Amino acid sequence: MKISRLLKTILLLDFMSGLVIAIKESFKSKKTINYPFEKGKISPRFRGEHALRRYPNGEERCIACKLCEAVCPAQAITIESTEKEDGSRKTTRYDIDMLKCIYCGLCEESCPVDAIVQGPNFEFSTETREELYYNKQKLLDNGDRWESLLAANIKADNPYR
Amino acid sequence: MIEYLNILIIEIYKIFLLIIPILTAVAMIVWLDRRVWAFVQKRRGPNVVGPFGLFQSLADALKYIFKEIIIPASANKIIFVLAPIVTMTLALISWAVIPFSEEMVLANINVGILYLFAVSSLGVYGIIMGGWASNSKYPFLGAIRSAAQMVSYEVSIGVIIINVLLCVGSLNLTDIVLAQKNLWFIIPLFPMFVIFFISALAETNRPPFDLPEAEAELVAGYQTEYSGMMYAMFWLGEYANILLMCSMGSILFLGGWLSPIDLYPFTLVPAPLWLIIKILLLFILFSLVKAIVPRYRYDQLMKLGWKIFLPLSLTWVVLTASYLFYFNLLPVN
Repeated sequence: MKISRLLKTILLLDFMSGLVIAIKESFKSKKTINYPFEKGKISPRFRGEHALRRYPNGEERCIACKLCEAVCPAQAITIESTEKEDGSRKTTRYDIDMLKCIYCGLCEESCPVDAIVQGPNFEFSTETREELYYNKQKLLDNGDRWESLLAANIKADNPYR
Repeated sequence: MIEYLNILIIEIYKIFLLIIPILTAVAMIVWLDRRVWAFVQKRRGPNVVGPFGLFQSLADALKYIFKEIIIPASANKIIFVLAPIVTMTLALISWAVIPFSEEMVLANINVGILYLFAVSSLGVYGIIMGGWASNSKYPFLGAIRSAAQMVSYEVSIGVIIINVLLCVGSLNLTDIVLAQKNLWFIIPLFPMFVIFFISALAETNRPPFDLPEAEAELVAGYQTEYSGMMYAMFWLGEYANILLMCSMGSILFLGGWLSPIDLYPFTLVPAPLWLIIKILLLFILFSLVKAIVPRYRYDQLMKLGWKIFLPLSLTWVVLTASYLFYFNLLPVN
């Protein structure tokens, strides 16, 4: 037993077998992806950048119920609202401080009209802090840009809700 | 007067012809190292900048150049600034004696191997200076470790070199390569080659002997307080040293620029290319070792150096000497 172990040490057998495994493994297919060029699969529930959605006729979905503002654990959402001429309540201000946001998804859960959602976009880094204080216009623009994906994701996730 | 100027200009020209390819090679070798490491771990490694990510090191160097150099308030400023310069310079000047072919050598001095050994021993100064001048505990501990480690392993490298010198009978690197025309020294001195390789790992602070910069306990060792271009110079010096150790290994044991077989298709390949191929193969082995071996404990490292490698290589010196003496094979110049 001892002699075999000594031989193993002197002949570097463990090291050699490790080397062989390393060389073998290095020719196998890669487990990582070419990130900026190909992206990993994202679940429909993915909680990325926020967006405010509209109805197909262009009307804002948000009814200024302020449930999201109330539920937000990081208190990142600020909403102000007025009554319009037709008697409906609409937001005049809808700000999200993306630096405070913890991306918990509670705003999306609480929304009764699927207005505020978290989309599949996670690449919204900026060079200044100010750019990450999102206002209503920015969120609506996001909604317009991602609408098709957002709708598809909500539909795909619907059976589990 | 004009003659001296002429000689000076020619020498400077030669130096630039040597130093620019070496700096480029160091940059490429960093890329190769990261790539091999990534491949073993089934990652892709840097592959975005340039073809196959070849310009990654260039991009990194640019980043380092534009970063601010921070000198700690309590540091010894002169030595702090000098340390990376010393490391880098010492790593580069040793290349003067490396023969790329029978004629392609900048300084064909007759004590080439001694010069190489002396300069690589001096390399520890850069690290000690950096660690001490930082005036901070982690760099200091890293520098102490590094000094002890490099001194211990230099002893066994020196003894291994004696083995080769016994077979050659000359300290000139060109002579050492030419003596391997019939038989590369890796065949009769194989155990010495293995010990040389492992000692070279320890000498250049590569994993599994990278205790001076053991990130788990010492942050980054002697480099902790360095930033920007000064850090990059340590980094370049380290890789230039690794490359030097690889070329030393190929010259001492793998027949330098000689082709493996002295036959028609092999002789077509220009001599320097053979050396480069051998250096690259050794370097790939270096990076494979980095990828597969866990770090040694410090007492294990010291035990390996003093209690195993030194007696082994000393014994081998005695064996080689007695063999050569008994069969009357000692080289006589």
